[in-house]
Amino acid sequence: MSLEIKALHAQIPGREILKGLNLTINPGEVHAIMGPNGSGKSTLSKVLCGHEDYEVTSGEVLLDGENILDMEVDARSRAGLFLAFQYPHEIPGVSNANFLRAALKARLPKGEDIDAVKFYKQLYARMDQLEMDRSFTSRSVNEGFSGGEKKRNEILQLMMLEPKYAILDETDSGLDIDALKIVSRGVNAMRSENRGFLVITHYQRLLNYIQPDIVHVLKDGRIVKTGGKELSLELEERGYDWVTDESLVAAA
Amino acid sequence: MSAEAISEQPSPSGLEITVPVRDEKNTPGWFLARAEAAWTEFQKLPMPGIKDENWRYSSSKKIELADHTPAAAPTAANTAAALAATQGLKERAARFVFVNDVLVESDTANLPAGVVCVTFADALRDHGEVLKQHFMQREMTLGSAKFAALHLAHVKAGVVVIVPKNVAIEKPVEIFHWVVGDHAAIFPHTLVVTGDNAEVSVVDHYRSLEGEGGLSIAIADLVGGRGSKITYAACQELADDAQALHLSSIVAGRDAAVKSFQVQLGASFSRSESVSDLIGEGSRSDMLSVSLPIGEQVVDQRTLQNHKAPHASSDLLYKNALYGKSRSIFSGLITVDEGAHYTDAYQTCRNLLNSNEAEATSLPGLEISADQVKCSHGATSGPISDEELFYLKARGISDSESRKLIIEGFLAGVIERFGNGELLDTLVARIDEKLERAE
Repeated sequence: MSLEIKALHAQIPGREILKGLNLTINPGEVHAIMGPNGSGKSTLSKVLCGHEDYEVTSGEVLLDGENILDMEVDARSRAGLFLAFQYPHEIPGVSNANFLRAALKARLPKGEDIDAVKFYKQLYARMDQLEMDRSFTSRSVNEGFSGGEKKRNEILQLMMLEPKYAILDETDSGLDIDALKIVSRGVNAMRSENRGFLVITHYQRLLNYIQPDIVHVLKDGRIVKTGGKELSLELEERGYDWVTDESLVAAA
Repeated sequence: MSAEAISEQPSPSGLEITVPVRDEKNTPGWFLARAEAAWTEFQKLPMPGIKDENWRYSSSKKIELADHTPAAAPTAANTAAALAATQGLKERAARFVFVNDVLVESDTANLPAGVVCVTFADALRDHGEVLKQHFMQREMTLGSAKFAALHLAHVKAGVVVIVPKNVAIEKPVEIFHWVVGDHAAIFPHTLVVTGDNAEVSVVDHYRSLEGEGGLSIAIADLVGGRGSKITYAACQELADDAQALHLSSIVAGRDAAVKSFQVQLGASFSRSESVSDLIGEGSRSDMLSVSLPIGEQVVDQRTLQNHKAPHASSDLLYKNALYGKSRSIFSGLITVDEGAHYTDAYQTCRNLLNSNEAEATSLPGLEISADQVKCSHGATSGPISDEELFYLKARGISDSESRKLIIEGFLAGVIERFGNGELLDTLVARIDEKLERAE
């Protein structure tokens, strides 16, 4: 049981972005991927979810042994993969509650519906954890939300869908410190021995709140350095440029 | 000459549709004269040609008069079937059910005292003065003068609602028009007149029972008196091979607010022409529409927001969600007369294309001859955003279900502006049913 990424190569037309990426995330583990802009961090998250802009040229992604690269975007989600988007999209006219109900219903056998009472009970409990006002249930998905509200909404979806593996793509971007604490608390509440996390971040700050077990540095489409929590602390102390420099040497 | 003898003659315009037959004894003379004049006008007027600006990107040939005859009186079986299929609002002030322009059921028990809510025929007999003043008084300038003349010549069904001063009818008046039989044509009319500070809500349904290629040429006259409120919905759900024409004329008096909603779900060709004349200071007209064409359906929409008084506002929002090889044509004009200062007029048409083969055409226009005017018009047309779709699918929702959610959301913006309550829920349910069919 694990999310295994094996020698993954992916490109957009004319440019290879992931160049043989290897990574294994076991349930219960929190991995962090750090790297400079353009290293392929966000590409990795999109490729794992099946975004059509990216073409996988070789490699495998196994979710508990099953290759998900042949699956449609929605099937990957139902198989247990979750992406908290860096830039969550606005869906005008679709209420948050209806959206979540549709997502949960998609996981049930055809013809079955979710129990509305249980659904709202769970939804409100999760929203309370994220200090989200009840009015967010009837508001259109992400429409007119502030940056912080959008990120909280992503974590709310994670909490409701309870995936096996969750990827957080720059969840800290655009958050002030209070929002960062709330979002991190939500993520930490979801940590469990049955769930793996991949936290993608540009800055080390987030990792003070979501403490990783393993830290990777991504550079030019490959993981060039892997360490423990101390690697992120080292980053904090010595700056990000230094790591980039060292990894250039390591990759050379 | 008997009616049958007349109907066997080809009419002078080469159309098979027959000269109207009226009960001359029970119809007021003034109306007979108007109907006869209209029949003459209908025959005189040419069919709008392809060069007619008001029919650009469309074609009057879509209305196949040659194939149609006025609908025959319904059989007992027709009536029973229509009544069984009429699922109206639970909370209503009144309900009328017509089949082929014949009244088969009415319920007006819940109307407040003083309100006139009667069939067109009864109104002709008992409220001739109101009809003389308000029935089809506007020249048809958006392209369908010929069809309006045909309507006037044939009209015998529909409902007239006259709400006296300071009376509010809280629940809607609901009217069903069923058409049955091959190539049957109906000509329903709705006239709503409100006194000062009166309020009323009226909904017309146009539906097919059975038979091929029905035709409905319907007209609604909405006349809002000082400070009054009219809410009106025309919900067209005729069979896929039917043709529908709906012409509405809105007159908003001082501080009156009229909200009208066109819901176009049926017919192979449906055309709506909606005119708002803002004649009173501080008047307001909200003009709303949703359509959901599928297959090869064509939706043709022509609008005019005609500002004739200062401090009036009009706000038009039309949304079309297109599937398959369907087409929509929107042509809208805002005119602000000299002296209609401080006008606020907005016009938005948005088209969501759910297929590469669907086609939406928008022709917005403005003519402003006053000062201190706030006007805007905008038309957009495009496919469902890939990123919105990706976002929903990334939560495990299937492609088709995601598209459905997005389209419902797209249309919800208009529907919510119309209001809420049972009527709204009913309309949403009908739209959902059509969406299911579109998949």
